[in-house]
Amino acid sequence: MESKLARRKLVNTVMMSLTTMAAALGLLVLAIILGYLFIRGISSFDLSLFTQDTPGPQEPGGLRNAIVGSLMMTALAMAIGLPVGVLAGTYLAEYGRFSKLSSIIRFINDVLLSAPSIIVGLFVYQLLVVTLGHFSGYAGTVALSILVVPIIVRTTEDVLRLVPDQLREAGLAVGVSRWMVIRKVIYSSARAGIITGILLSLARISGETAPLLFTSLSNNFFSWNLNAPLASLPITIFQFALSPYDNWQALAWAGALLITIAVLSLSILARLLTTKKERA
Amino acid sequence: MSLAIEGNRHGRASGSGGIDADRIFHGVTFGAAAIVLAVLIGVFISLLVGAWPALRTFGLGFFVTESWNPVTEKFGALAPLYGTLVTSLIAMLIAVPVGLGIAIFLTETCPRPLRRPIGIAIELLAGIPSIIYGIWGLFVFAPFMQTVVQPAIISTLGAIPGIGFLFFGPPYGIGLLTSGLILAMMIVPFIASTAREVFLTVPSVLREAAFGMGMTRWEVNRSIIIPYVRSALVGGTMLALGRALGETMAVTFVIGNAHRIPSSILSPGTTISAAIANEFTEATAGIYTSSLIALGFVLFVITFAVLSAAQLMLRQMKKKAGE
Repeated sequence: MESKLARRKLVNTVMMSLTTMAAALGLLVLAIILGYLFIRGISSFDLSLFTQDTPGPQEPGGLRNAIVGSLMMTALAMAIGLPVGVLAGTYLAEYGRFSKLSSIIRFINDVLLSAPSIIVGLFVYQLLVVTLGHFSGYAGTVALSILVVPIIVRTTEDVLRLVPDQLREAGLAVGVSRWMVIRKVIYSSARAGIITGILLSLARISGETAPLLFTSLSNNFFSWNLNAPLASLPITIFQFALSPYDNWQALAWAGALLITIAVLSLSILARLLTTKKERA
Repeated sequence: MSLAIEGNRHGRASGSGGIDADRIFHGVTFGAAAIVLAVLIGVFISLLVGAWPALRTFGLGFFVTESWNPVTEKFGALAPLYGTLVTSLIAMLIAVPVGLGIAIFLTETCPRPLRRPIGIAIELLAGIPSIIYGIWGLFVFAPFMQTVVQPAIISTLGAIPGIGFLFFGPPYGIGLLTSGLILAMMIVPFIASTAREVFLTVPSVLREAAFGMGMTRWEVNRSIIIPYVRSALVGGTMLALGRALGETMAVTFVIGNAHRIPSSILSPGTTISAAIANEFTEATAGIYTSSLIALGFVLFVITFAVLSAAQLMLRQMKKKAGE
């Protein structure tokens, strides 16, 4: 009896220490990745990163064209994905809350949320690159916007559902039409949640590489033209990291640090917004 | 609750914005929701169309052929399929226990003031883009594997008769095992955060009753909490599996891109997504490109099945929690 209890206690101690070790391992990996990123990235992290374009092998240069290309595609992808996502989320939470079709769309949206992004790249390649006959920034933009929509749909629907039905009923009871209720009452009480969704999807697409590989391709020169191959930060990192040239590899690390800082700040900002709302 | 909403389908025509505006808005939101559906159908059709030449030429043999030869234009999906499954399997074998461990740590052992910061740190790990794991894997992790881990594995596990063939050959650094480990690092946070969320849905009465019976912390978690949320845990795990199967950039850097089925998991191989990422822009139009799209189609079907199953299980859990 005594020995059985001792054994159970021993098993408990061992297993609970293992869980602590698992957490320590997770934190260790995070620390090592961020540490290396910082050490390797900081050496070429200077102003020329933002003022000069991608160089040839063994020449000085920066990542200006890639940064601008990424910003253009990200901004435009948000401009497409945000309205579509918010409207679709509105349908799922308001007009179509109880319809059968909505539950199917909800399901598909959740699947698309974690679908491999390279599949989206192949889809847009077939849809735009093959039909138009050339790679373009527009194709990259569409690919990114397809990744934005499911995230915005999910966060919008979730946050609209948190708005109490009394608000809807009160609006309708004073004779306001449903769309005015949604526009004036529901959206304004759900604004913080929708902004969180925007930040989360920005964080997601600013590091996405796979969907851009064969849509926007890349470009060694500075360009504003979305109708031609366009440089982007992730693709440049990919190409430069796999190159044999020291200066390209150094730029890849600097770009990786830049993306990580951007993504982590966006996720932390999104988290801060949610906690503020929870506390209120 | 739903009565008032459903009863006033299109509201009243008064104030600013009447029935017409409401109808239009209803239609617009419906159109946006339909886009989600259209994207899925579009992906399916476009990939099938693109894959058709390859599927027609190679038939079912496509799925059981190891050869991938752009010169003779003979293509088979077996090697990338194998690589995808093996790397994901390695990742799951490591990530599931570690992820569950972290979740249990965060709900049980961790001192309260540290719970939030550690939880956030683990979730930040999930937010790091896959290309970062890729570049880190290639320049930092692969050399470490080559000089430290793999020689140790080869001299210990590789010498065991029976399973030695799995850990055989020179230490390349890159390869199936390295890719599986990188994938594990990427999906641990997903498993940990889903598991933590579902652990928190367990009614505290159950937990307290179990402690009251004299169970140890570990026994409460193993025999009460985990069985109670089993379906959601399986769902969350499959969600992570879906990510591992389709993960591209992190794997592309460290897999080695060799179209063959090595017996040793230390050897270079390839996965579906890595093959597409590496070869697509270089592929000549025609049967080569079509074969790569066919690979994409296979990946789409597999991940769709896995993710759907995951969603169904998570939904079941939500229903249960709602009751």
